[in-house]
Amino acid sequence: MAAVGAVATAWPFISQMNPDAATIAAGAPIEVDLTPIAEGQDIKVFWRGKPIYIMNRTKKQVEEAQKVPLSSLPDPQTDQQRTKAGHEQWLVVVGICTHLGCIPIAHEGQYDGFFCPCHGSVYDTSGRIRQGPAPANLAVPPYAFLSDTKIQIG
Amino acid sequence: MSGPSDFQPTNPALKWIERRLPIMGLVHSSFVAYPTPRNLNYWWTFGAILSFMLAMQIATGVILAMHYTPHADLAFKSVELIVRDVNFGWLLRNMHACGASMFFFAVYVHMFRGLYYGSYKEPREVLWILGVIIYLLMMATGFMGYVLPWGQMSFWGATVITNLFSAIPYVGESIVTLLWGGYAVGNPTLNRFFSLHYLLPFVIAGVVVLHVWALHVAGQNNPAGVEMKTEKDSVPFTPHATIKDMFGVSVFLLLYAWFIFYMPNYLGDAENYVPANPGVTPAHIVPEWYYLPFYAILRSIPNKLAGVVAMFGAIIILAFLPWLDSARTKSSKYRPLAKQFFWIFVVVCIGLGYLGAQPPEGIYVIVGRILTVMYFAYFLVVLPLLARIEKPRPLPNSIADDVLAKTGSKTAPMVSTVIALMIAGGLFVGSAQNVSAAEGQQKPPANKWSFSGPFGKFDRGALQRGLKVYKEVCSACHGLSFVAFRNLADPGGPGYSTAQAAAFASEYKIKDGPNDQGEMFERPGRPADYFPSPFPNEQAARAANGGAAPPDLSLITKARTYGRGFPTFIFDFFTQYQEQGPDYLVALLQGYEDKPPAGFNLPAGSFYNTYFPGHAIKMPKPLSDGQVTFDDGSPATVAQYAKDVTTFLMWAAEPHMEARKRLGLQVFVFLILLAGLLYFTKKKVWATAH
Ligand code: FES
Repeated sequence: MAAVGAVATAWPFISQMNPDAATIAAGAPIEVDLTPIAEGQDIKVFWRGKPIYIMNRTKKQVEEAQKVPLSSLPDPQTDQQRTKAGHEQWLVVVGICTHLGCIPIAHEGQYDGFFCPCHGSVYDTSGRIRQGPAPANLAVPPYAFLSDTKIQIG
Repeated sequence: MSGPSDFQPTNPALKWIERRLPIMGLVHSSFVAYPTPRNLNYWWTFGAILSFMLAMQIATGVILAMHYTPHADLAFKSVELIVRDVNFGWLLRNMHACGASMFFFAVYVHMFRGLYYGSYKEPREVLWILGVIIYLLMMATGFMGYVLPWGQMSFWGATVITNLFSAIPYVGESIVTLLWGGYAVGNPTLNRFFSLHYLLPFVIAGVVVLHVWALHVAGQNNPAGVEMKTEKDSVPFTPHATIKDMFGVSVFLLLYAWFIFYMPNYLGDAENYVPANPGVTPAHIVPEWYYLPFYAILRSIPNKLAGVVAMFGAIIILAFLPWLDSARTKSSKYRPLAKQFFWIFVVVCIGLGYLGAQPPEGIYVIVGRILTVMYFAYFLVVLPLLARIEKPRPLPNSIADDVLAKTGSKTAPMVSTVIALMIAGGLFVGSAQNVSAAEGQQKPPANKWSFSGPFGKFDRGALQRGLKVYKEVCSACHGLSFVAFRNLADPGGPGYSTAQAAAFASEYKIKDGPNDQGEMFERPGRPADYFPSPFPNEQAARAANGGAAPPDLSLITKARTYGRGFPTFIFDFFTQYQEQGPDYLVALLQGYEDKPPAGFNLPAGSFYNTYFPGHAIKMPKPLSDGQVTFDDGSPATVAQYAKDVTTFLMWAAEPHMEARKRLGLQVFVFLILLAGLLYFTKKKVWATAH
């Protein structure tokens, strides 16, 4: 009985550490207009305090990303799984290195994708990990196309 | 060892208290009559040094907390205000920041001492484990303290370290969110780190009490590693150990003061003078020097979870040391093989520290892996094996015999180890500064600065001319937001009178308000106002300047640096070279080339600068001959402008530099006298014991 009481009392003490109501509310979905992003360009927007890269990939980049044999990937995922059908040129990824959370630099590294300056992880044009200590591909945030030129993240 | 005290106060009042709370007896038996081995060397004074440093950190920390604001928008500024406006704020801040490094330096010496002399062995296992706990607490405290100034390294260090927990399978991500109190490192993180940074030192103090208690139960180990048996083996704690510890502390203070007054930024990272920016990761994330060996271990393992496990394992393994090393002989003095491996281990640790500061590429990764293997091999293979195969040399019968046996030659090995350690330590701590060397950055030439060295002072004429250059040229794009007009009349500054500073201020238009109608209005500046920034916010600055926001110049001379390279940074410690920032700045201002060298691909909208990392700078050549005229007849050349404005900006970054160096001299004279007196007192007290 006392143990139940102790655990129940401990719960508020731990739970208070999680994001508070205001932080959660501020993490609501955002809409992003894609028209200003020319082919081969990218922008960085912030959602939930995290940088999100939105990249308008060139034909060549898309092809490269789709051609890679899955067996050569540490975290196998096809490019199709990471983009939305019909909008293959758009790559939307969370710009946080899956190793220890630095922001990788876009259009760098030997795969012309992302390069993390902190411990040298290299991602390809699909944001998939190719080399270095990071264990996983750059995360794809939940998002949907509202129209051809507008997405909602979250 | 501390038997019941026979201490009896004679004063009736004290007697009354003593009968109800025998505290004086406790103090007497623990710190006065307490027997300490006769043969302790100076490595044993680090216990006292550490207690002193803990007290120092708590005292300065409590005071700093009275002036500091733990908020993501205000923390960086509040630290600058402490340094600039609080009386002796610069001193307290330096004491606390350098104090952390000194604390770790002392704890490493203390730990290596324990390792060498086998102080973890029966019956001192619990004592040793308590020490490991203290060390872990210190690391947590130091890490959270480093986050508080909320500079770039603070922010990104916090990001990388908290993300270590995301390696835990299944629950990792939720734990990280729990630590952050948000979806990324942010204000809630800063707030809780502040709270814990305030709490943990007191927890450390509590564990230190247990540590000392355990020490007093088991008695001190000693260089011979044989236990005290008779009266002849020991001397009473007071006066013998007390005076020796005091001398040790006073010598340590000399080193500490050297950092506080002359090298306050030597151990820090220039990047931390740039306010935290969640959108930009610095090129190299380097933790404070005292974490570097573990950081190197983390990075040399290509798997995330394994890397994190190895890193924590490297510390936790220390707690198992008493059982990994089962050799009966304690002191490595009598273990010919263990002694050699110990020194190899020291070199391995220093090597790892060096690598921790290097970029994770090429040869560094390979060497890092080798050293990581050697680190663990020392504990898991070498020590257990040596316990079986090594034949120790005969031990002295007693401590008294040990003392009698060594005459004359006893200081020689001591001196050489001190020198070796100094050099190694220099390599280790300085390696943090070596980082940007790999960037292919051109080294700027060294200049003669009036403000360098222990007696450095600002050249008033240069400060006044530099102010003019800033006002007429730089201020079009760069702010100077931490400098107020009143500062122009401060002692140690450009030497204007209060009236001149007020007149200077009134030439500026300052936005104020709202007034009674609720509107903002402009009024002439007052001495209390700060230099207005040219752009209302960072985005505006970025948009107006082709995507690269011109940085605020208040701290620029401290926020920029260049790799000094090995071994220059070791000499820097002795020559007090602190002018990387000014040297870089003055070179940058004159480093423009009209035509980039053949083969260099200059991006559109950039300019070629020899000294800018990567060479493509967004700032157009700012200075040209004849642009600013000086009243004092100094030449109107780019070289002169560059030098003057850099001098001015150095003052802007550290307005109390002259006070710092002046006080430093007084402190050194005092400390040298104190250390000398303590040394002779110590000799006298110990004359009969040796
Ligand atoms: S955080 Fe990106 S490689 Fe470590």
